[in-house]
Amino acid sequence: MKTVKAVTATLLDSLRDLLPIIVVIAFFQIAVLRQPIPNFGEIALGIAFVVVGLTLFVQGLKLGLFPIGETMAFSFASRGKLAWLLAFAFALGFGTTVAEPALIAVAGEAALIAAQGGVIDHTQSALASYAFGLRLTVAVSVGFAIVIGVFRIVMGWPIQYLIVAGYLGVVVMTAFAPREIIGIAYDSGGVTTSTITVPLVTALGVGLASSIRGRNPMVDGFGLIAFASLTPMIFVMGYGMLF
Amino acid sequence: MPQLLSDLLLTIAYTVRDVLPIVAVIFGFQLFILKKPIPHLSRIVKGFVLVVLGLGFFLEGLEAALFPLGRLMAQQLTDPAFISGGGPGAVPGWWDYHWVYLFAFAIGFSTTVAEPSLLAVAIKANQVSAGTIGIWGLRIAVAIGVAIGIALGVYRIITGTPLYWYIITGYVFVLLQTLVAPRMIIALAYDSGGVTTSTVTVPLVAALGLGLAGTVPGRNPLLDGFGLIAFASLFPIMSVLAYAQLSEWQGKRKRNRNS
Repeated sequence: MKTVKAVTATLLDSLRDLLPIIVVIAFFQIAVLRQPIPNFGEIALGIAFVVVGLTLFVQGLKLGLFPIGETMAFSFASRGKLAWLLAFAFALGFGTTVAEPALIAVAGEAALIAAQGGVIDHTQSALASYAFGLRLTVAVSVGFAIVIGVFRIVMGWPIQYLIVAGYLGVVVMTAFAPREIIGIAYDSGGVTTSTITVPLVTALGVGLASSIRGRNPMVDGFGLIAFASLTPMIFVMGYGMLF
Repeated sequence: MPQLLSDLLLTIAYTVRDVLPIVAVIFGFQLFILKKPIPHLSRIVKGFVLVVLGLGFFLEGLEAALFPLGRLMAQQLTDPAFISGGGPGAVPGWWDYHWVYLFAFAIGFSTTVAEPSLLAVAIKANQVSAGTIGIWGLRIAVAIGVAIGIALGVYRIITGTPLYWYIITGYVFVLLQTLVAPRMIIALAYDSGGVTTSTVTVPLVAALGLGLAGTVPGRNPLLDGFGLIAFASLFPIMSVLAYAQLSEWQGKRKRNRNS
C-alpha cells in the first residue's frame, strides 16, 4: 500500500514537470497557429510514456547511479591512489562522450561545414575522417576536463580561478579560430553531458568532497560538469585551426 | 501500436548501448583496480535497469508526442508567410518575429523544467545543502536563464550579429557576478550551465535555430543555425548566481529587521 502511494506521488511529480511543455505547445498550436491538435490519442499515449519514463529514471537514480558514484568516490579516497583516481576520471569522461549520439550528429554537421568552406575535400572518406577526429577531440577534452575537475576537488582550489582561465582560453581561441567553426565549438560544450553522465559525475564529485577531510561538498563537490562543458569549446576551435 | 512498441524497444536498445561504456569503466575499475566487491550490487543493477528503461520510455514518449509537433511548430512560426503579413517581397523587421521570441522563451523554460539531468543535480544539491537550496528554486532559476538565453539567441540569428560578442559579454558578466556571489553557490552555478542542455531541450532548440537560419533572409543555416545551445548554457549561470544573491540579500534584510 505504501509503495503504491509513493509511486503515485512520483508519477504526479513527473506529470507536473511535464505540464509546462504541454501548455506551451497547446497554446501555440491553438491560439497562435490556430490549428487543431493532430493524433490526439497518440499524443496522450506518448505523454503517458514520458511520465512513466521520468518516474522510473528518478527511482533508478536513487537506487543505482547516485550510490555507485559515491561508493567509487569513497573507495578511491580511502585507498589514496591519486593516479588511479585520475585515470578513472579520464576513462569516465572519455568513455561516456565518445559514443554520445548528440556529439556524433554535431561532428557530422561540422564536417559538412568544413567541406563547404573548402577546408577538406567533399568526399565521403574525408568527411568521415574529419568527423571522427572531431569526436575523438571532444572525448579527449571531456576526459581531460573531469581529470582537472577531480584534481581541483582533491587539492581544494577555488573553482573560479580555473573557470576564468578557461574563459580566457575560449576568448583567445575565438580570435584565432576560423569563423565557420566558432558556432559549432560553442555548442559542443553543451552537447557533451548526457543524462546518465551528469548524475554519475555529480555523485562522484560530491562523494569525493565529502570523503576528503577539509573539503566542503557544497563548495568543492560541484563543478565537474562545468569543466566538461568548457574544455570542448577550446579543443574544438583548436581542431578547426589545425585541420 | 506495434510500431510504437518496436520503436520503444529500439530506443531502449540505443540507451543500453550508451550505458555500456559507463558500465565497463565502472566495473573495470571496481574489479581490477580497487579489487573490491560492489556493495549492494543487486540494488545498483536494479537502479541501472530502471534508468535505462526510464530513459527509453522518456525519449520514445517525447519522440511520439511532443517533438514532431514542436519541430513542426518551430518551422511554421519561422515561415516567412507567417511572419510577414506584408505579402511577398516585404523584408520583415526584427520585431515581426515577436511570436518566435515568445516561443523561444516559453519552450526554453518548459523543456528545462522537464530536463532529467537538471532534476538529478537539483536533488543532489538539495541533499548536500541540507535543504537550503530548494529543488524547485534551482530548477526555476535555471529555467528562467535558459528561457532568456534562447530568446536572445533567436534575436541574434534574426539580426545576424556575431555570436562571440554575446558570449564574451556574457563571460564578463559572469565574472563580475562571481566576485559578489555567495561562495557556496559558485560551483553549482557553473555546473547548471552544462546540465540544462540534454535530452529534452536540444532537439527542440536545434530545430528552432535551423528553421530560423533557413528562412530569415541572408542567413546560412550551416553558419548561423548554431549557437543557441551556447546561449542556453551560459545564461543559467547568471540566473543561478543572481538567485543566490537575491536569497542572500533577503536573508540579510530579515536578520537586520529582527535585530
